Amino acid sequence: MERETLLDLRGLTKAYPGVIANSEVSFTIGKGEVHALLGENGAGKSTLVKTIYGLVKPDSGTMTLNGAPYAPAEPRAARAAGVAMVFQHFSLFDALNVAENIALGMENPPPLRDLAQRIREVSETYGLPLDPARIVGDLSAGERQRVEIIRCLLQDPKLLIMDEPTSVLTPQEVQILFETLRKLSSEGTSILYISHKLEEIRALCEHATILRLGKNVGTCDPRATSARDMAEMMVGTVLHTPSRDTAAPGDVVLSLQNLTAPAPHEFGTALKGITVEVRKGEVLGIGGVAGNGQDELVAALSGEMKTGDGMVTLKGQSVGRLGPNDRRALGLLAAPEERMGHAAAPDMSLTENALLTGVVRKHLSKNGFLQWGKARTFAEEIIKAFDVRTPGPGNAARSLSGGNLQKFVIGREILQDPDVLIVNQPTWGVDASAAAAIRQALLDLAAKGAAVICISQDLDELMEISDRFAALNEGRLSPPRPAKGLTVNDIGLMLGGAHDMEVAHVEA
Amino acid sequence: MDINPVFLLAAVIVASTPILLAAIGELVVERSGVLNLGVEGMMITGAVCGYIAGHQSGSALVGFAGAAAGGAAVAALFGLLTLGLLTNQVATGLALTLFGVGLAAMAGQGYVAPNPVSVPKLPIPGLSDIPALGHIFFNHDGMVYLSIALVVAVWWFLERSRGGLILRAIGENHEAAHALGYNVRRVRFAAILFGGACAGLGGAYISLVRVPQWIDNITAGAGWIALAIVVFAGWKPWRLVAGAYLFGGVTALQLNIQASGLAIPVEYLSMSPYIATIIVLAALSGGRAPGSLGKIFHASR
Amino acid sequence: MLRLEKRPQPSAFWTYATPVVAVILTMVLGGILFWFLGKPPVTAIKTIFWDPLFGDFAFYYRPELLKKAAPLILIAIGLSFGFRAGIWNIGAEGQYIMGAIFGASVALAFYPMEARWLIFPLMIAAGIAGGVIWAMIPALLRVYFKTNEILVSLMLVYVADVLIKAFSVGLLRNPDGNGFPGSRNLKQYPSAANLDLWTDTGIHWGVVTAVFAVVVAYVFFARHQFGFNVRLAGQSPRAAAFAGVNPNRLVLVCMALSGGLAGVAGMFEVAGPSGQILGSFPAFYGFTAIIVAFLGRLHPVGILLAGLLMALTYIGGDAAQSAMNLPSAAIQMFQGMLLFSLLSVDVLTNYRIRLTTAKVA
Repeated sequence: MERETLLDLRGLTKAYPGVIANSEVSFTIGKGEVHALLGENGAGKSTLVKTIYGLVKPDSGTMTLNGAPYAPAEPRAARAAGVAMVFQHFSLFDALNVAENIALGMENPPPLRDLAQRIREVSETYGLPLDPARIVGDLSAGERQRVEIIRCLLQDPKLLIMDEPTSVLTPQEVQILFETLRKLSSEGTSILYISHKLEEIRALCEHATILRLGKNVGTCDPRATSARDMAEMMVGTVLHTPSRDTAAPGDVVLSLQNLTAPAPHEFGTALKGITVEVRKGEVLGIGGVAGNGQDELVAALSGEMKTGDGMVTLKGQSVGRLGPNDRRALGLLAAPEERMGHAAAPDMSLTENALLTGVVRKHLSKNGFLQWGKARTFAEEIIKAFDVRTPGPGNAARSLSGGNLQKFVIGREILQDPDVLIVNQPTWGVDASAAAAIRQALLDLAAKGAAVICISQDLDELMEISDRFAALNEGRLSPPRPAKGLTVNDIGLMLGGAHDMEVAHVEA
Repeated sequence: MDINPVFLLAAVIVASTPILLAAIGELVVERSGVLNLGVEGMMITGAVCGYIAGHQSGSALVGFAGAAAGGAAVAALFGLLTLGLLTNQVATGLALTLFGVGLAAMAGQGYVAPNPVSVPKLPIPGLSDIPALGHIFFNHDGMVYLSIALVVAVWWFLERSRGGLILRAIGENHEAAHALGYNVRRVRFAAILFGGACAGLGGAYISLVRVPQWIDNITAGAGWIALAIVVFAGWKPWRLVAGAYLFGGVTALQLNIQASGLAIPVEYLSMSPYIATIIVLAALSGGRAPGSLGKIFHASR
Repeated sequence: MLRLEKRPQPSAFWTYATPVVAVILTMVLGGILFWFLGKPPVTAIKTIFWDPLFGDFAFYYRPELLKKAAPLILIAIGLSFGFRAGIWNIGAEGQYIMGAIFGASVALAFYPMEARWLIFPLMIAAGIAGGVIWAMIPALLRVYFKTNEILVSLMLVYVADVLIKAFSVGLLRNPDGNGFPGSRNLKQYPSAANLDLWTDTGIHWGVVTAVFAVVVAYVFFARHQFGFNVRLAGQSPRAAAFAGVNPNRLVLVCMALSGGLAGVAGMFEVAGPSGQILGSFPAFYGFTAIIVAFLGRLHPVGILLAGLLMALTYIGGDAAQSAMNLPSAAIQMFQGMLLFSLLSVDVLTNYRIRLTTAKVA
């Protein structure tokens, strides 16, 4: 079926110093169409949608909306023209309530009381339950996304842009979202759907535009194209799937006994009775929607958060009261999710960042005096072994791309020969080839006899590398199950199902 | 000599007014996500501008207008540096205080006032005749009423108006506000100017009403106490009034005790407002700071 | 239109060039200020910056320069640890005063006994203790009650100010002073006096200690785990926690360091150049040291140079005051302008300024 054109993009180009984010990108979106924009991290998807939403001005190229020239100077103009956007990050205000958050995204919001009523109406119509008076900081990731979606829907958008909407949802919640999007599409709203998850796009979209290195490298009908073909268009090369030799798991090296800890800050999650054992040579995958205790679990294991005696036992020794460096000395290492500012200090050089966690196990200091020569050698070693693209170890961490810095961070821990390594979101925001390299490195580490705990929201990744799988939900960890043979539905239920059904399930 | 409670309470309100004025301005600035530690500098600039403008013209009104303008002018400097040149807010605020104190000392040095200025009391008809209460609350000059009106207006603005919602959103998460298309820098600059004008008014109230003459270092830390009160109030306008009157109370009480000649050494009395500030800050502070407070905003891609 | 663009890493050139640019910019702005005050700008700048070093009376001014620079450098070195770690001890002035009170009290307690080997070291210890105690109040309140250390340390300046005035007319007043305020003059008490080690060089124990502090701080920042932890905690607090830095301990140590150095600076000052506890004792060193710390980019060598420069503005300012009748407050304003200029040109270190031509979209 040929649709009437809603938005027509012609030759959009945007360059940043050293990077061409978009180069001569052209495509059209039809009325009521669900159009996928597909590409790796860094392919230029974000820049393109920011251009459409008025946050970025293109260097050249034109846009036409409903036959009229369209060049929004700011998001306000885009919203006025009927373009709405659901962001992946950074657009909600934790300390404000749902209605206030929604009012901020509207041009002429009605008084808050009327607005609350309209929020209830829209949320019922589209099956997205939401209480307008709740403080956004207390909501789950899925509920926060609903806030954003309802904020858009209240303005009757002609085009709804969704940037990686499912990364924060359980499989069941994804189904609910897709129902909503299909309903919208049937009512004539166009949807520009950005993702790198191919199966989702095949399930939802009728048209796909694929970006690679800022260029439009092809279009396809996702329903009629295999995921593998689309992946190759996206990446440009044949993907390497990590491989491993499965070894029989060895002795227990790390055991968590009823690990319980209060939430470290106002909008944090408390850990509730986590019990699990991890053995030498195994990879334990921990799935879960963001904000269900992942950061807190990493902190409790790395030593940033101290816990009660006997809750964390490493090789028979209780380490719950030890700090990060004492745990490192014993062989328990970690790589937190946030690279910039947590795993690495952005303004410090790679040498300094190598020293940051390596000082104990690599003996980079003597009587408190640092041995910069040895630290530099260690940094060079990481750069070489993990193919980190940088002019040298003297460069600041913030000058590296996400993928390269992540390789550096993971490499820094792996090269210290840990007995147990905890990684959180090891491939988030990393391009496909770096992601494959990181996964391979984790498997190699396990093959050498270390225990690896991999926390991730990418279920495909977890299924690929884990021996056992457990789910983290509201600070509780499900009993681990062998990863082989788990279906998407099993995992979905382990993750807590759809957020609203869960109440019925758990309390019943 | 006895201390008359009615006069004491009326004095408390007068002693509190400069702090309350400066604090309500700073509260708006901090709710927009900017930490301006230069309140003391803006206040003393306002004090000297108000003093000179008032005595040149002989009009209190012109004096206060000049003070507001002076405070806003040095605040604009702070705004240009922190918002335009992305300087560290803590360091810039300190620089503003050092600069303001120097500027005021220089402008005030040797200034001979040609005209007297009087700030008339404006008893509120009817209400001021109530025994005791009338004198305490309803027999003051216009600036006292203005300070209360400002608190009410700021409360209404922040909690009830669209502009206030935007300002709070910017203070809470400037990245998100920027993504929604709000002009973070424009709103913050306006807030900084408002804060400067309020601090200037507070300073002029000291130099034109409380003291009222020019002496070096006339504000004597009132700006810092205003900053402390904002923290104490948990960034809420109503608690600000309680905080300001509490500190005004300590100040007025110690002055009264000094005058009454009780056998407490003068020095312990004169340090009491500062010690009270510390105790209250440590013991009673509550509320959550705006999420982006003090962070540098740079709109990247 | 001008646009700022973040550099991938700080510019090495501008890191060193910005303080120089800031000084030049301040001289220009200061010149305009002096011109506005009706003073010849070039002569004023020359009187402040050139004459004390190379003029006819340089032999008198140069030792003064060292005496004024020493406390500034000592205090600023201490502050640089906290400032780098994001711990804002703004009340060094109060710690400096308390160091002076404690140091002088020890000396006066022993008066007139002569035992320099005992009394002078005790005074140093007492000076340090006075500063540390005063700094521990905001530090402990921050650690245990999350109280803002900026406000508390600052309030304590006003308290210390009241205390020194009270002591100079009370407890520590010179009993032979005919009722005038002020303590005995420690310069006339050989066991306690902090005099020039070599006559007329200006080099007293405080100067020696300042140089020593610069060297030690340099080694700590460049080579020691503690200096690394301090820098890390200031740049990325979460990364510091991940690296095993205990933030509370860091607050206590950094505050103790800056308090101790400010305290000892106060003690050297009261036993030497100033000589007695007096209400007018504070020379604003504790606040000026903040400018020194920033002007020196929180780097020990930078602080050494910045301290000398600031001391020069004091001495030159005094000279200009007497020679050209320049108001004394002008120098204070001038110092504020110096900090403003430094902060604003600092943008060049981390950002590139780009000219963007507005496009017709």
